[in-house]
Amino acid sequence: MTRIGVVVFPGSNCDRDTLRGLELAGAESVELWHEQGTLDGVAAVVLPGGFAYGDYLRAGVIARFSPVMRAVSAFAAEGGLVLGICNGFQVIAEAGLVPGALLRNRGLRFLGREVRVAPERLDTPFTTLVGERRPLRMPIAHGEGCFFADDATLDELERDGQVLFRYVRDDGTQAGEVGDASNPNGSLRAIAGVLNRQGNVAGLMPHPERAADALLGSDDGLPILRSLVEAAARAERGATTEPALVAAR
Amino acid sequence: MSEFRFAVNVLPKDGILDPQGRAVEGSFGHLGIEGVSGVRVGRRVELTVDAETENDARATVERLASELFSNPLIESFTIEWVDIRVGAAG
Repeated sequence: MTRIGVVVFPGSNCDRDTLRGLELAGAESVELWHEQGTLDGVAAVVLPGGFAYGDYLRAGVIARFSPVMRAVSAFAAEGGLVLGICNGFQVIAEAGLVPGALLRNRGLRFLGREVRVAPERLDTPFTTLVGERRPLRMPIAHGEGCFFADDATLDELERDGQVLFRYVRDDGTQAGEVGDASNPNGSLRAIAGVLNRQGNVAGLMPHPERAADALLGSDDGLPILRSLVEAAARAERGATTEPALVAAR
Repeated sequence: MSEFRFAVNVLPKDGILDPQGRAVEGSFGHLGIEGVSGVRVGRRVELTVDAETENDARATVERLASELFSNPLIESFTIEWVDIRVGAAG
């Protein structure tokens, strides 16, 4: 069975849910402690939500310099699959593994609620099993989730297919930036998730692991986790990872 | 060796949304204060560096300020000299 690692920082609080979600998605999930310098041979890594190192200084920045992150960065540089969820997204953004930064929510408040996001691409290791571009219901729970990058970078992300998810309204149309409850943190261009240029690292603010079972109110997050598990299994079998992920749009 | 004490002031870059600054600014009216604008809220980190020279100490602070205390995408920083204690470090 494909083994996927979930990094545990002091202050992570979605690690158990993520381990469980990955199991529901068909993987064997294992914990990776923040002080370890290796990844125990896992086929993919997930950085879970929470408040790593108390979110002191800036969300994700202290975690970024932990020993395990050196291993994660090296793994990503070799094409290894990495998914950062919520605080995990903040960590990989601080580490420069994905573009942009997560600012304080536009309305300043911590937001714990359900949102709808739609995948921009269905040909990535994180979205193949989503099947079609449709609004996915997943919860958010964050204080710093307002995606920011300068205009040139945003144009580049859109041009190169690095926007993975956007906040959408019920009818699937893209949410606005200001004063639109469908984009509650005010993310620029309603971006909820991004890819790195190579397409093997993704960050997203909503929590697929909290929407991985109908009992939780939604299982729309499960196809995302299953996509990752399937892609990791392929990578483990030594199959080449998807060619030209970013250009193929 | 001497002890060099610095402060690093980190602020959101110009043009970066600073909802905290805006909320603070919005409260001035409640104090009956008018005509104050351009509020930016950041953070200040003070630290002591043991080093032979001020230049060595400053290089360390520069690195911490640019890699850890601030995110260059969204924040700028200034380094402020605070104090020196010659021969203090043992």
